[in-house]
Amino acid sequence: MSDLVGVVPSPGKQPVDSILEEVDTVAVRFAGDSGDGMQLTGTQFTNASAVLGNDVSTLPDFPAEIRAPAGTLAGVSGFQVSISSHDIYTPGDAPQVLVAMNPAALKANLPDLEPEGTIIVNSDNFTPPNLKKAGYDSNPVEDDSLRGHQVIAVPISTLNRNALEDIEGLSNKEKDRCQNFFALGLTFWMYDRTLDTTLKWIQEKFERRPEVAEANARALKAGYHYGETTEAFRHRCRVPRMTVQPGTYRKLTGNEAMALGLVTAARRAGQTLFYGSYPITPASDILHELAAMKNFDVRTFQAEDEIAAMGAVIGAAFGGAFAVTGTSGPGICLKSEAMNLAVALELPMVIIDVQRGGPSTGLPTKTEQTDLLQVMFGRNGESPMPVLAPCAPADCFTMAIEAFRLAVRAMHPVVVLSDGYLANSSEPWRIPDPEELPAIEVRHRTDPEGFFPYIRDEETLARPWVLPGTPGLEHRIGGLGKQDVTGYVSYDPQDHEHMVKIQAEKVARLANAIPEQPVFGPEKGDLLVVGWGSTFGAIRSAVMDAQSAGKSVAHAHIRYLNPFPRNLGEVLSRYRQVLVAEMNLGQLAMLLNVRYARRVTQLNKVQGRPFKIAEILRKINEIVR
Amino acid sequence: MTDTVQRPTASLTRKDFVSNQEVRWCPGCGDYSILAQMQKVLPELGIPREKIVFISGIGCSSRFPYYMNTYGIHSIHGRAPTLATGLACVHPDLSIWVVTGDGDGLSIGGNHLLHCLRRNVDINILLFNNRIYGLTKGQYSPTSRPGHKTKSSPMGTIEQSFNSLSVALGAEGTFVARAVDVHTKQLAYVLKRAAEHKGTSFVEICQTCIVFNPHEWDYVTDADVKDDSTLMLEHGQPMIFGKNHDKGIRLNGLKPEVVSLGSGVTEANLLVHDEFAEDPTLAHLLSRMGPPNFPTPVGIFRCVEKPTYSELMLGQVEEMTRQRGAGDLVKLYRQADIWVVNEASEGNGR
Repeated sequence: MSDLVGVVPSPGKQPVDSILEEVDTVAVRFAGDSGDGMQLTGTQFTNASAVLGNDVSTLPDFPAEIRAPAGTLAGVSGFQVSISSHDIYTPGDAPQVLVAMNPAALKANLPDLEPEGTIIVNSDNFTPPNLKKAGYDSNPVEDDSLRGHQVIAVPISTLNRNALEDIEGLSNKEKDRCQNFFALGLTFWMYDRTLDTTLKWIQEKFERRPEVAEANARALKAGYHYGETTEAFRHRCRVPRMTVQPGTYRKLTGNEAMALGLVTAARRAGQTLFYGSYPITPASDILHELAAMKNFDVRTFQAEDEIAAMGAVIGAAFGGAFAVTGTSGPGICLKSEAMNLAVALELPMVIIDVQRGGPSTGLPTKTEQTDLLQVMFGRNGESPMPVLAPCAPADCFTMAIEAFRLAVRAMHPVVVLSDGYLANSSEPWRIPDPEELPAIEVRHRTDPEGFFPYIRDEETLARPWVLPGTPGLEHRIGGLGKQDVTGYVSYDPQDHEHMVKIQAEKVARLANAIPEQPVFGPEKGDLLVVGWGSTFGAIRSAVMDAQSAGKSVAHAHIRYLNPFPRNLGEVLSRYRQVLVAEMNLGQLAMLLNVRYARRVTQLNKVQGRPFKIAEILRKINEIVR
Repeated sequence: MTDTVQRPTASLTRKDFVSNQEVRWCPGCGDYSILAQMQKVLPELGIPREKIVFISGIGCSSRFPYYMNTYGIHSIHGRAPTLATGLACVHPDLSIWVVTGDGDGLSIGGNHLLHCLRRNVDINILLFNNRIYGLTKGQYSPTSRPGHKTKSSPMGTIEQSFNSLSVALGAEGTFVARAVDVHTKQLAYVLKRAAEHKGTSFVEICQTCIVFNPHEWDYVTDADVKDDSTLMLEHGQPMIFGKNHDKGIRLNGLKPEVVSLGSGVTEANLLVHDEFAEDPTLAHLLSRMGPPNFPTPVGIFRCVEKPTYSELMLGQVEEMTRQRGAGDLVKLYRQADIWVVNEASEGNGR
């Protein structure tokens, strides 16, 4: 994927002084201080590439501290983007190019770089104090320690200052803030990207400060022209457009997709969307997105704590809204009590858990898949919880709608497990026609005849969703043990067991309403690689590589984790071995083991970072020789 | 949302609000009186029964919704204000009542109570204060008096207690009142006023736990002493109390003092109650009064108009709709850099 296999020189296309090589995939990482604007730089490179028709996949990697001490390893912020002329599923295992704005950025990111990868450094920042802060005894650009890499030292600060010299009304500090756009311009030249998308963005972003717009635009162009006129950059690459389904595309992150999915579900059902949430990394962006969509009858509530957010969502669901909360693992801990009430009340709502590294506060900005068992079982009593897991940023859109469809069908809360990687990484999305998306049918009972709050639909076992304000249907629901149908408080042993069983059965019956488990690859064979959530890209890429090498390997990615798709047991039985790859110590493996008595091999990674393709491929090759 | 049929409410009686559930509080519990007054007052409010919702947490008081033939949720410990907030955000037309206690509202749910008050969510909070944990059989509560000996404080509590009205006022409560469970007429009046207030209404009801703290409120309930130990607040009236209407509250600098009328002290020297005062200083001063040196004020301490949370929330929904037009998903999806791929686009996909 990320290696330069299939390099096709394209004669006749070179500019006068440089070689323009056509490659199918390239991964670039931008790294600097967390205040250097590296996330923005990476995003602009991504957007420009997406607009040019490449597939893109990104991985932002930033510290939990907003502004950690400048120049230190703790403060390094990075953004990796892979661009390709074909479908790609990950931001690439190892970047071919590292843009390092200071010594700390170089030190923190060098281990990830491809062995012969290119390093572009801002040599102005490789001063003795900065080298010392990064823990370098001598300047790696000048000693021999970067041997094997192509190192291009560019005095970006100086060049940028010179380019912006005659712009008036800006301090030197403000001018220096444009350095990232100088570096961006340089990479645009190296990869033959047009500046248009970013220039347009600059004009719009700084509409009210023309001098800032001018400075950024000039820095961008200066970087580009520096590439053009400097011998150091004789080698350029071009990534051709890819062939994709015709349509209109945009790029979106998992959190953006989630917000769009939620508002779509509510609009298509003609319901108010209520989003109650307490700010938490990496879920807060969903709140930000939705707060700006009030004209879709979206009501966002920033609660005093996670508990209140969950409580308010229950209240809103009782009132008939499409009610959602979003949080991360530590928030789920606090919400568990109210989630359990939601189970007992049997009201539809969606709980989004954008997982991050744990336990406790853990790694707020890093990714992990360690909340599966928590959302499955982390409540007192028998408390069945449907769980869905989108597998890619754009899939968050689909699964947000699915979550509401199932919640309304069963009159039950539904959890969506995203993670920090899905939330912040992005991919192109073919914009759908909202009219063609499934509309969720909502029925609020108004007929008092024969009404009881826990009278159940024969097929789905769902109880009626009655809005307060409906005459003649006044009723009370609560967290105490109760009798089925009437909902009256009851401590009767038989009533209790019946209620526990019927709620479990209700959730189990959702299996009738979800798709069967699809498999990528041979219908039976040596190995089935199973995953869930954000590991999709790495697993799919590794399985494709193994298949290309002639191995009998298939991939099943489970997006419905509770209940499992009804054919899953049968799917698992068709392969001699099953490998479960997940970013935890084996939570899905445990569920599969218990449910299907299926021995599985595990591949686990708990480093706060996604799997690399090579890590999965290595494991596949160990199993299937 | 379904359209609800507005039915004439004049015909509603107390019986219409009695549910079919057997009331299971201890005989003699103050809760019975509060329930009876609530069921008596509701028909007088002119609100259709289906528009009324009772939400509670956990504790003796929190059984309340089961006994009301309205919509209701018996939720979890301390969280009732959060559910009420969510419901008010999506259904501002409802009359929402939160029934809580000193443990539920001021201990485990203290945070939610504060923030609900500060937001001025249009709900009515009735805090049954018996200064004890009843349902868990007699531990001290956050309103138990310092030194109170209970099962969990055999040597007396070492904690400063909360003054629930001071807390409510400190949290920017727009309607803050106190009533007593057995003073039915005054309780009914306060409940009615709470219902009429737009925004969060906070009512502390002095309520007797007959089993675990039976004498806590004797000084405001016993016929012999209550007139001397309570001050009935009346807007625009000088603060006079006492069996013989011969005592009053006068301000001495920043401090209130009890004075006897006559011998040079007249009504004109007394503090005059102003429940509509924008500034909460007077209400706060009143909230600090109580035994042993002062009578306990009862009635409406503060009642001021401020925008409610759902009004402001819906105002922003309307404002953004006015600015941008009603939401259009097609446009929303395209609020980003977009690109078009045609049938004939080149490439080497696999």
